[in-house]
Amino acid sequence: MATLQRRLWDHGSVRFGVAVLAFMVLVALLSPWLGTVDPAAMDANHINKAAGLAGEFALPDGQVVGHTFWLGTDNFGRDIYSRVLYGSRVSLVVGIATAVLALGLGGLCGMLAGYFRSVDMLLMRFMDGLMAIPAVLLAIALVAAMGANVATVVIAIAIPEVPRVTRLVRSLVLTLREEPYVEAARALATPTAVILWRHILPNAMAPLLVQGTFVAASAVLTEAILSFLGLGLPPDVPTWGNIMAEGRVQFSQQPGNVLFPALFLVPTVLAINLLGDGLRDVLDPKFAKRVG
Amino acid sequence: MAAFLLRRLLAVLPVLWVVSVVVFLILRLAPGDPAAVIAGNNATSEDIAQIRSQLGLDRNLISQYGIWLGKVVQGDLGYSYYLGKPVLELITQRMEPSLSLALGTALLAVCVAVPLGTLAAWRMGGWLDRALSAFSVAGFSVPVFVIAYGLIYVFAIQLQWLPVQGYKPLFGAQAGSVWDWSRQLILPWLTLGTIYIALIARMTRASVSEALSEDYIRTARAKGIAERAVLLRHALANAAVPIVTVIGIGVALLIGGVVVTETVYAIPGLGSLTVDAVLNRDFPVIQGLVLFSPSAMCSSICWWM
Repeated sequence: MATLQRRLWDHGSVRFGVAVLAFMVLVALLSPWLGTVDPAAMDANHINKAAGLAGEFALPDGQVVGHTFWLGTDNFGRDIYSRVLYGSRVSLVVGIATAVLALGLGGLCGMLAGYFRSVDMLLMRFMDGLMAIPAVLLAIALVAAMGANVATVVIAIAIPEVPRVTRLVRSLVLTLREEPYVEAARALATPTAVILWRHILPNAMAPLLVQGTFVAASAVLTEAILSFLGLGLPPDVPTWGNIMAEGRVQFSQQPGNVLFPALFLVPTVLAINLLGDGLRDVLDPKFAKRVG
Repeated sequence: MAAFLLRRLLAVLPVLWVVSVVVFLILRLAPGDPAAVIAGNNATSEDIAQIRSQLGLDRNLISQYGIWLGKVVQGDLGYSYYLGKPVLELITQRMEPSLSLALGTALLAVCVAVPLGTLAAWRMGGWLDRALSAFSVAGFSVPVFVIAYGLIYVFAIQLQWLPVQGYKPLFGAQAGSVWDWSRQLILPWLTLGTIYIALIARMTRASVSEALSEDYIRTARAKGIAERAVLLRHALANAAVPIVTVIGIGVALLIGGVVVTETVYAIPGLGSLTVDAVLNRDFPVIQGLVLFSPSAMCSSICWWM
């Protein structure tokens, strides 16, 4: 019986996912030192430069630095390479924070609904209602309502995911609460909160973690979609969606402004999805069988 | 059967009621003031106050909701704050492009995905199966607008086979021929179809492969029935229920994609209406759209089943 780490590492898609994500996290953390300039800096002398040109870049404080425009510049004279690299920070933060928030809220609601029959009916009808609204529409309405900054975008993307997590956790808790060890804990007059926290939650953790990766992947996509529609983070924040939204107007002359951010976005989401598939295969074979 | 369907449809009503409350609350608790948007930049605060009272925005939240719900029950979705037209009229006007897009996509996806998924399940582990699962994972990882721009770049800009954007209606005063209509929609259909194909193909493969491992398949083969008949009449027919369910649930996914696809291809449908309504804080339009979005209906029906 191989250890868990061993089995995870032996799974090809886990290895691929971890490698790509580790690369992206490194890029995001190290972006100031990877030959970038201020992502918001505009230089009127470098408007719509082709990719790969080297030249001098004038920073807002008047300083002039030698700089290679690896991915060209946009119609404001901003360096696409720097914007894409800094954009990875926003995307990763949104992905991780959304997953944590959706799992937290959904996990809590799911445990309450699964364990307390009295809450179940009301809470699940509410979740049904929430789930009936298409996720992107609900996220758009929420961002419109709360204004757009990183925190509200995370909340707006997480809330449509909550009902799905709730359903999953509820169904797990419904079976777990009948387990002998839970019955034993109840017989020993263990406080309900302790039963939920120490006996039920750890056993629901594996499917929850798998669900979390899928939430993170769709969060990165949804953030890009919101930004792309002009309904996400303000246009001056460098995010992959915003860079593509700004590149849209001159797509036929400068397709790179839309396609280069995609070269970062797509592998990131792909890596998270593959990691999720792999985790599901290893941690939760029953779930893998259920869903196919 | 009719009584069963009627019961199910009635069961949708409470879900729709929850939807209406959720949407109403989200929008009314929003910081943006539609009266200020309508009044424009040069308005005085008296102007804004007057517009607020005209729109009924100065009443308290519960009576605003009561008035709105009372009208909705009678089929009146109110007037757009911004365009001054009835919401129902706006929605019906924009229905044709969105339905053309969504139904065409669904048809394309089902025609492609079900046969592919079935064949992949039939020869599990074969090249088609592996290609299809790679395509499925990729389909879920590429944002709709990236697919859209990729297709535009290749087919509209480089090869110049198809138009970049726009829409030709099939009915009404400016109606074009079926060819004009479909030429404009080929790229949007392909764009939106990718995710939907990935979703349906994955479900079909899982469902058919489960059916293929059943005893009746072995019996059918032992009786010497042709493999095609085994696959279609025994495996696929028995695997149909989850496939149909996922097609229904996938409609919700389509709606999100429709918003983006319409924006990229400049199609004047419900999706672009939604984006405009959100940007203008046009509450009645957003409420009407979310409440009566087909996915709200479909997915609530599906969940109750």
